[in-house]
Amino acid sequence: MNPIARNPKDFWTGLIYILVGAGALVISREYDMGTAVKMGPAYFPTILSVLLVGIGIISVLRAFIRSGSPIGVVAWKGLVLIVASTLLFGVVLRGAGVVIALPLLVIVSALASARFSWKTALLEAAGITVFCIVVFLKGLGVPLPILGSWFGN
Amino acid sequence: MELLANLGIGLSTSLTPLNLLYCLAGVFLGTLIGVLPGLGPTATIAMLLPVTFTLPPVSALIMLAGIYYGSQYGGSTTSILVNVPGEAASVVTALDGYQMARQGRAGAALTTAAVGSFFAGTVATIILALFAPPLAAVALKFGPAEFFSLMVLGLLASIVLARGSLLHAAGMVVLGLLLGLVGTDVNSGIQRFTFGLLRLADGIGFVVVAMGMFGLAEITRNLENEEDRSMVVNKVSSLMPTREDWKRMIGPILRGTGIGSALGILPGSGSILGSFAAYAIEKKVSKNSKEFGRGAIEGVAAPESANNAGAQTSFIPMLTLGIPSNPVMALMIGAMIIQGIQPGPSVITEQPKLFWGIIVSMWIGNLFLVVLNLPMIGLWVRLVSVPYQLLYPAILVFCGIGVFSLNNTEFDVYAMAFFALVGYLFVKLDCEPAPMLLAYILGPMMEEYMRRALLLSRGDPTVFFTRPISATLLALGALAVIAASLPALHKKREEAFRE
Repeated sequence: MNPIARNPKDFWTGLIYILVGAGALVISREYDMGTAVKMGPAYFPTILSVLLVGIGIISVLRAFIRSGSPIGVVAWKGLVLIVASTLLFGVVLRGAGVVIALPLLVIVSALASARFSWKTALLEAAGITVFCIVVFLKGLGVPLPILGSWFGN
Repeated sequence: MELLANLGIGLSTSLTPLNLLYCLAGVFLGTLIGVLPGLGPTATIAMLLPVTFTLPPVSALIMLAGIYYGSQYGGSTTSILVNVPGEAASVVTALDGYQMARQGRAGAALTTAAVGSFFAGTVATIILALFAPPLAAVALKFGPAEFFSLMVLGLLASIVLARGSLLHAAGMVVLGLLLGLVGTDVNSGIQRFTFGLLRLADGIGFVVVAMGMFGLAEITRNLENEEDRSMVVNKVSSLMPTREDWKRMIGPILRGTGIGSALGILPGSGSILGSFAAYAIEKKVSKNSKEFGRGAIEGVAAPESANNAGAQTSFIPMLTLGIPSNPVMALMIGAMIIQGIQPGPSVITEQPKLFWGIIVSMWIGNLFLVVLNLPMIGLWVRLVSVPYQLLYPAILVFCGIGVFSLNNTEFDVYAMAFFALVGYLFVKLDCEPAPMLLAYILGPMMEEYMRRALLLSRGDPTVFFTRPISATLLALGALAVIAASLPALHKKREEAFRE
């Protein structure tokens, strides 16, 4: 059986470690290595990168000789909606202001739940928006516009 | 009687109306999040950090500490009443606590948890007050080599105590160290791993990493299977345990306090390990071991004392050495740095008000917990029934606004989303994020200590093994890793985490 199917966790984790480690190693070469007495900016990252690549290689090799547990259920819908709603929030925050950004964040993320209903989501969005304007914007003075620059403010 | 004088300083600091208020706010918020399932102390503290930046350092840390031990306490209430542990450390409390509640003895179980927690909190606070100053005095004599080795020991211990594969945890530590190096190198002024992004010149904010990996990734994980949470809430009748109960809880509380205090100091564990170990040991030594799992009061008293004791003693390495023993302590160190306090052994002498104020306020906070929470059980019970589909968008909003307000930039919001993705990926691959966060905080410090140690030794790397204290620390770390990877113990370790 192939190692990806038999021990996916060891395989993929190892691969990620190898890729990140190798990437860091390549980038570190742009910096000055220095000597042990006078460590340059590349010294410590180089040690770490080599360590990480080493750990990654062992992990991948282990996937070939030992079987592991499967990855299991992945909440794709949840993951996509949580990440997307957060990004969206960042994009519209200044332009549209919290009156738009907050309800957007609440409703888009709430869509991830199996028990989503428009009524509760809209109610919650309204409640949270009012709460945040009162507590964070007025109370704690977070410098965010209620209505953003897209509306000519 | 220096101790009394020091406690006097602590009392005068923590008894100001403002600090009392923040202590109260901390334990209240802590209990709240301890009660709400799916929201842990790490995510909450990360969420509230931006708010505390405007407070004076002492008040900020008093409040953050209150949140931490308050959450340990709140988690037990829901474990007992509805069999939903609000927090990882109270998972074992649910075993016997819920059974007691079903037998109509919810009140007795809650009081036992409260009494045990308060006793453990008091003892652990005394331990902290007694042992922290001498430890800090020893640490003041440490050179860079010793500090480097101490950090290595801390990271190795966090690898051993992490759930899942040792190898993967080791990788997470190295990854965290590398991540910590992103930004401007203090010695050369060169920007490392910033990909030309000006926003990364100061490094990646640790609040951003913590909120993404612990807050958002955790939400995603909870969305995998939204269990039906229509549950039976047990009624609370008399809060008073019987005479027999009192007699039976004394031993477990004492043992739990001892085990929890000792294990709390260990890096990587905090209160969780303590509560599991205390329950397992109590089950072995108790005369009533047959009753365990069927509502034995010992099964509530021991883990509840242990987790509270552990929550307090995990402050010892943080306050005296500047080394975090768990993600919450890592966040506290981050908070100190932002407040302009350099964490380490000199805190105790340079900031006596801060140090003793925090210690005394912990005891006051524990008192608040007992006095306030038993009467407020009705409120907590109602909070447990808040459906998750309403809770998580609110958490997301607080994370979003909180992370934005750090530097008033959208960049941090995007970075948080990125770390949510990374965090969830690693959760699915069985790589625990806690060691990574610890390493991330320690990364820049470790590089600096290594640089200085090698400078002093004229480039000779054996300095870490020839200096006795440094060598001992490294040997301890190596021993822990070897022990954990021995086949016999390896199996035990897996069992311990599965329970």
